[in-house]
Amino acid sequence: MNAEAAKLIGAGLAAIALAGVGVGIGNIFSTLVASIARNPAARDQVFGIGILGFALTEAVALYALLISFLLLYTF
Amino acid sequence: MAVESRPLEQFTIERIIPIHIGSLDISYTNSALLMTIAVVLITALLVLATSRAALVPGRLQSIAELAYEFVANMVRDNVGTEGFEYFPLVFSIFMFVLFGNLLGMIPYSFTFTSHIVVTFALALAVFALVTIVAFVKHGVRFFTFFFPSGAPVVMAPILVPIEILSYLSRPVSLGIRLFANMMAGHSMMAVFAAFTVALGLFGFLPLAINVALFALEIVVTVLQAYVFTILTCLYLRDAIHLH
Repeated sequence: MNAEAAKLIGAGLAAIALAGVGVGIGNIFSTLVASIARNPAARDQVFGIGILGFALTEAVALYALLISFLLLYTF
Repeated sequence: MAVESRPLEQFTIERIIPIHIGSLDISYTNSALLMTIAVVLITALLVLATSRAALVPGRLQSIAELAYEFVANMVRDNVGTEGFEYFPLVFSIFMFVLFGNLLGMIPYSFTFTSHIVVTFALALAVFALVTIVAFVKHGVRFFTFFFPSGAPVVMAPILVPIEILSYLSRPVSLGIRLFANMMAGHSMMAVFAAFTVALGLFGFLPLAINVALFALEIVVTVLQAYVFTILTCLYLRDAIHLH
């Protein structure tokens, strides 16, 4: 297997991690909507924490994307 | 119209004013130019907004007051009233990262936060600050932080190394989060732009995606500045309180 093919396969494999991130972000926002529906007065407090949780989970997606890009373009 | 064949070419650093001292290369680069512009813009915004301070603020003063109150509320809610002395530092970090990210959205500009050396330096500075504050405040009792109260003592040999490792990985994750978000966002926009040019007549489809990506990038820009700042506040709270 030559290096170019191995790079492409590796980059594709690294992107599989994004599936877990999709589940996680969906989980965060489903809980956010459910908790605002239960108690609309808590919206301001809960929304900030929800956005923080989203950004932290998105960071994991970016780590996986970073590995994919590293394999594709710098090696 | 230059077509980038490699989407990582936008991150190259170019020397604007070459300065060499001995074997040290301390040239004034495009990264340094953008940092200077960011600092000048922040200072201009804050100085001009408060030059004629009115009780009912005008537009520019409102923007400055919004930024101040946003960060002040963040610091007060997360660090507490005794942690408010760290507000100038947190405000500087927030505005620097925010303006750095936003300036990179201007076409043909350069995002200085898309380099791991810049974001890791910022994250390392925050980590050093938090550790030193914790040591000054609590002395040797700082090490009780790694053993959460209420856990059975038999778990200590497993729990303490894990806690130490997770504490040491804080600057790494803080720096990489900002760096990866900025680099991946801009790389994706460059890739879709190359698709737009390559498809010719049918290029309106990747162009539409690129417009949506641009909007998402602006959201990510502000969000990442907010996340960096609130994590700094949370680490400061850990340093001041839960030891």
